[in-house]
Amino acid sequence: MSTSSVELPPKGGFSFDLCKRNEMLAKKGANPPSFRKTGTTIVGLIFQDGVILGADTRATAGSIVCDKNCEKIHYMAPNIYCCGAGTAADTEAVTDMVNSQLQLHRYHTGRESRVVTALTLLKSHLFKYQGHVQAALVLGGVDVTGPHLHTIYPHGSTDTLPFATMGSGSLAAMAVFESKYREGLSKEEGINLVCEAICAGIFNDLGSGSNVDLCVITKGHKEYLRNYQVPNHRAHISSKGFTFPKKTEVLLTKITPLDEKVEVIEAGDAMEE
Amino acid sequence: MDLDMSINAPHSMGTTIIGVTYNGGVVLGADSRTSTGMYVANRASDKITQLTDNVYVCRSGSAADSQIVSDYVRYFLHQHTIQLGQPATVKVAANLIRLISYNNKNMLETGLIVGGWDKYEGGKIYGIPLGGTLIEQPFAIGGSGSSYLYGFFDQEWKEGMTKDEAEKLVVKAVSLAIARDGASGGVVRTVIINSEGVTRNFYPGDKLPLWHEELEPQNSLLDILNAPEPMNT
Repeated sequence: MSTSSVELPPKGGFSFDLCKRNEMLAKKGANPPSFRKTGTTIVGLIFQDGVILGADTRATAGSIVCDKNCEKIHYMAPNIYCCGAGTAADTEAVTDMVNSQLQLHRYHTGRESRVVTALTLLKSHLFKYQGHVQAALVLGGVDVTGPHLHTIYPHGSTDTLPFATMGSGSLAAMAVFESKYREGLSKEEGINLVCEAICAGIFNDLGSGSNVDLCVITKGHKEYLRNYQVPNHRAHISSKGFTFPKKTEVLLTKITPLDEKVEVIEAGDAMEE
Repeated sequence: MDLDMSINAPHSMGTTIIGVTYNGGVVLGADSRTSTGMYVANRASDKITQLTDNVYVCRSGSAADSQIVSDYVRYFLHQHTIQLGQPATVKVAANLIRLISYNNKNMLETGLIVGGWDKYEGGKIYGIPLGGTLIEQPFAIGGSGSSYLYGFFDQEWKEGMTKDEAEKLVVKAVSLAIARDGASGGVVRTVIINSEGVTRNFYPGDKLPLWHEELEPQNSLLDILNAPEPMNT
């Protein structure tokens, strides 16, 4: 008769149960899929009226392109956006987390978020994890103190620059910026320069490709230009197209509007300083 | 050749940092290159960071570690100043840096030079290399480029220099180190701290003196590509 063991409550943390099996499978040649990385070319520059951020749209898992049109420019605050390179999960998670923290901070203080706040939150988090959170970010925005552009490295160091590039395509994009950037660019010129830099990355770096996304942030206004340039459109599309013969029948449509239980009063005077 | 030096290497500051006392204050100087492996991540970084109105620190080693250490010390010094009711002394700032560096020596990789002016001791320079030793010196050098400057300082250093002599010495030394050290480059930044306040100066790379076998910057032939078309009759 087997002795009954005490039922322990399930512990949290990583379960190592399948590690032996994975090792055995790897020896036989069945390797697990590698992490989804955004090979990437991300750039930012400061122009006359604010900040322009740009990114390509290719996500890779090893040598396979797993997403041809992913979004690398993440929302942080109405006036702050952040481009992310490195492990896609890490960039998504860290920007999402800081986005929530900034929103709570806005409720607490009653003021517009500042770029240095986002910067400090991101850099402290990344430093705490000593580079294991593989997120390399280009953070840009316009707040009461003016336009700001920062780069944040996975180990937690930051730089403040007038123009910046990150990712595997950063060298190609930086070459474009170094030869053509000057202070006081107009919005047109800035957008063209950012597109050129991203295209340099798209065409010369294997980890970057597909389309160009842009985000133009100025005082009190932002433009998120998704797929601003599509230099790699699908050229050969079957003329037959797609048809789905069996459609699901809609039997009944009923819409119930929810009652407003809370009356939201617009906040009074927002403090400037 | 270390082929693993890719652009994903941790951000380190190759660096040349210098702190020098003179008759009446201190002069801090640094280059401006931050490298990740073999790529220059920032060619115009500012390695001389403010801790208080009268105390600055030159950072070298890991960029992340040195930024975090100086952020913590700036915060502690701010609290200390409020509690004390007067500006913090350079000795206190240096000791706070030393406490963090020494107590976390296994996890940090950063060499710092603290310099400033206070009314009790005047201008003082404290070197805090890897490991967290605190050493008060008339002049201190640090970073990878400092290896090339030990002999230079042994010969050129004098007690009781004037402000201009001290600044010229610092700029000359940083430019010599830049000429020989691959991990140092860009521009030379100096900060002069004395009883009157703080002055920041900037020396762009093309204004620095050229040394043995260094060439004059040449105009690139690419410039003629943008030249206007010659006129036709």
